[in-house]
Amino acid sequence: MQLERFSYDNRIVKWFATATIVWGVVGFLAGLMIALQLAFPALNFDWAPTTFGRMRPVHTNAVIFAFVGNGIFMGVYYSLQRLCKARLFSDLLGKIHFWGWQLIIVFGALSLWMGYTTGKEYAELEWPLDIAITLIWVVFGVNMFGTILKRREGHLYVAIWFYIATWVTVAMLHIVNSMELPIEFMKSYSWYAGVQDALVQWWYGHNAVAFFLTTPYLGLMYYFLPKAANRPVYSYRLSIIHFWALIFIYIWAGPHHLLYTALPDWAQSLGVVFSVMLIAPSWGGMINGLLTLRGAWDRVREDAVLKFMVVAITAYGMATFEGPMLSLKNVNAISHFSDWTIAHVHVGALGWNGFLTFAVLYWLIPRMWRTELYSKSLANAHFWLGTLGIVFYAVPMYWAGFTQALNWKAFTPEGVLQYSFLDTVNMIAPMYMLRSLGGLLYLLGALLMVVNIWKTVKKGHFQAEEEAEAPALVKIEAHKGEHWHRFIERKPLQMLFWSLVMVAIGGAIELIPTFLVKENIPTISAVKPYSPLELHGRDIYISEGCYTCHSQMVRPFRDEVVRYGEYSKAGEFVYDHPFQWGSKRTGPDLARVGGKYPNSWHFNHMYQPTSTSPKSIMPRYSWLLTTGIDIMRTPKMIKGMQTLGVPYEKGYHNRANGDLDVQAGAIAADLMKEKEIQQIMEFEGVKELRYTKMVALIAYLQRIGTDIKTVSADAKPVH
Amino acid sequence: MKFINYLKSIQDVSVYPMVSLIIFTAIFLVVLMYAFKASKNYIDQAKQIPLNDEK
Repeated sequence: MQLERFSYDNRIVKWFATATIVWGVVGFLAGLMIALQLAFPALNFDWAPTTFGRMRPVHTNAVIFAFVGNGIFMGVYYSLQRLCKARLFSDLLGKIHFWGWQLIIVFGALSLWMGYTTGKEYAELEWPLDIAITLIWVVFGVNMFGTILKRREGHLYVAIWFYIATWVTVAMLHIVNSMELPIEFMKSYSWYAGVQDALVQWWYGHNAVAFFLTTPYLGLMYYFLPKAANRPVYSYRLSIIHFWALIFIYIWAGPHHLLYTALPDWAQSLGVVFSVMLIAPSWGGMINGLLTLRGAWDRVREDAVLKFMVVAITAYGMATFEGPMLSLKNVNAISHFSDWTIAHVHVGALGWNGFLTFAVLYWLIPRMWRTELYSKSLANAHFWLGTLGIVFYAVPMYWAGFTQALNWKAFTPEGVLQYSFLDTVNMIAPMYMLRSLGGLLYLLGALLMVVNIWKTVKKGHFQAEEEAEAPALVKIEAHKGEHWHRFIERKPLQMLFWSLVMVAIGGAIELIPTFLVKENIPTISAVKPYSPLELHGRDIYISEGCYTCHSQMVRPFRDEVVRYGEYSKAGEFVYDHPFQWGSKRTGPDLARVGGKYPNSWHFNHMYQPTSTSPKSIMPRYSWLLTTGIDIMRTPKMIKGMQTLGVPYEKGYHNRANGDLDVQAGAIAADLMKEKEIQQIMEFEGVKELRYTKMVALIAYLQRIGTDIKTVSADAKPVH
Repeated sequence: MKFINYLKSIQDVSVYPMVSLIIFTAIFLVVLMYAFKASKNYIDQAKQIPLNDEK
C-alpha cells in the first residue's frame, strides 16, 4: 500500500494556545476584580467602565469565548488533523479564523466597557459583532469540514462527532438568539419580548454551557485523555451512547433557568424532566473518562497532566450531578438568584474547563516544542494552587447561597420578614472575601503555568510542520463500488445533518408552543408601552448592566410577595425588548420598584448608594448626572419598537420628544425641590437636570411594575 | 401555582409531552441498538485511532 507523505500544521495550534493562555489570565483577573468589588465596593472606582455591571459581562465573555473558545480551537485543530490523518484544510482560513476571533474579543471587550450591550447574558455583544461571530464561525466550519473531507482515516473518531455537534448547534443557537433589530450602529432591540425572549435566551444560555463549554471539551477529553494515559478510552460503545443521548437531551433543559417565573408551567416541567435525565449521559461520559485511567492510577500520582485531567473530569461529574438537582423546583426555589448558582458554574468553569485546558496545554506545549516540560514541580504547584482555589471559591459561595436564600425566606414569629435585603447581603460579606482568596489562588496557579510554559518554549525548538505519512483512503474504499469521494463525504455530512435534527427537535418543541402563546397571553389591558423617556431610561438600565445584580421577576413565594409585592405575570412583559428578568440578586428585585420611593430617593441612591442605604455595596453612578441622553435617537427607538409590534400610534415618533420633554421636565422639577439635590448639582457643576441620564433612568424605575398596580383585579391569574 | 390559563390557551398541549417522550425513547433505543450491534472489529479499530496517529 502506498503511503502518502504530508505534514501537520502546528502553527495554528501555537497561536490558539498562546491566545488561550493570554485571555485566560485576563479573564481570571477580571473575575478576581468583580469578586473583590462585592466585598470592597470602592474598587468600582466610581468610573463607568470599571463598575461591576460592565465588568461582569467582560469577565464572563472573556472566560467563555476568549479563554475556553481559544482552548477549543487549539484542541480541535491539533486533534482533528491527527484523527483525520490529514493536514488542516486551509492555512489561510486558519489565519482568518484566528485573527477574526481575537479581533471580536478585543472589540467585544471594548464595546462592553463602553456600555454597548444587548442586555442578554452571554450574548451581550451588539449586532455588528454578532455578524462577525457568525462569519468567523462559518470559516471555522469550512476549515473543519474541509479537513474531515480530505481525511485518510476511514472512521470518524467520537471526538470528531462532538466537534461537529458543537459547530452546528452553536451556529443554530447564536443565530436564533441574536435575532435583533438594529436601530443604529451598536444599538439594537431583541426581536422577541418578555416571556418569549426569556425562553429563547435561556434555551441559548443553557445550551451555550452545553455546546460551548461541554461538548467540545468532551471531544478534547476523548482525544487527549487516551493520549495522556496511553491507553484507549474505556468503552467506545458507551461513548456512542454518551454522544447521542447527551446532545439530544441537553437541548431541552433550558427552561430550568426560569422555574417559578412567568414562563408557562408546562415549559418549566419539560425543562425539569430533561434536566434530571441529563445526569445519565453526563455521568456515562464521566465514568468513561475515569475508567480510561484504570491500571494507570499509579501514573496519576506522578504526572501533572493526568492530575489535572482527573480533577477536571471529577468536577464535570460534580457539576453535572448538581445541575439536575438545581433543576428540581423545590431546590431551585432556594438556589435561584443566590450565590449557589455562582458556585455551581465555577465548579464547571474552574474545574472542568480550566483544568482540562491546563492539562492539554501541559501535554501539547512540550510536544510541539520537542522538549520536556521545564518544571514538573511548578506544574504540581499549579495543580495544588488551582485545586485549593476551587475549594476556596466554591465552599464560601455555597455557604453564602444557602445563608442568604434562607435569610430571604425568614419570618419572625409575628409574621414579618426577619431581615432587610441589605442585612442578608452584609451577612455574607466575609464569604465574598474568602471567594476572592479562592480566585486569587487560582490566578496565581495560572501565572505559575505561564512561567513554566515560557521556560519550556525557551528551551525547546518549535516544530511548525510535523511530518506524517498514511495510506490514502481512496485505496481502502475503492472496492465498495461507490465513487470514493461520495463515500468519504457521506459520513461527516450525515453526522452534521443528524446532529442538527437532534438538537432542532428539542429546540422546536420547546420554543414553538410558547410562540403560539403570543396571541393568547392573557392580555392585561393596563399594560401600556413605555413612554419615550422611560425607553431611554431602559436603555441606560441595560447599558449599565443593572440586570447583572437586579432581577425583575417576583416569584410566587410568600417572602417575595411580602418583600417586593404582587408576583410577576407573563402579560406584564409584552413590550420588554429585551426582557430583563435577570438571574442573580446581588441587589433586591426591581419588578415592583415603581412608585415605591420618591424620585429624590432614587437620585440620592444612584449618586451615592450609601446615603440612602448605609453599607450598600452598589457602585456609585454619579456620571448619570453629568451625561445626557441622545434625544435625536428617540424617533429611531419608537420606530424600531413599532417594527417589533409595540402599538405606538402611527406617526408617534414625530411627537415622542414632546412627551419626553414634558415628563423629563416634571421629574427634574420634582427633584429640584430638594435642597440636598441642588447642592449636589452645584458641586457637580450641573445646571439643568432635564435631559440627564439620571432623570431618564428614574423615569424608567418609577414605571417598572406599576401598570398592574392600578387595576389589579383585571390581572388576576387563575389559580 | 398553576398557570392553567396559559395551558388552556394552547390547543392540544398535552400532545407535547407525549411527542417528546416518544421521540426520545425511539431515538434512545435506536442509538442503544446501534451501539451494541456495532461490530467488535469496528469498535476496536475506532478506539485505537487517537493512539496510532503518531505514524
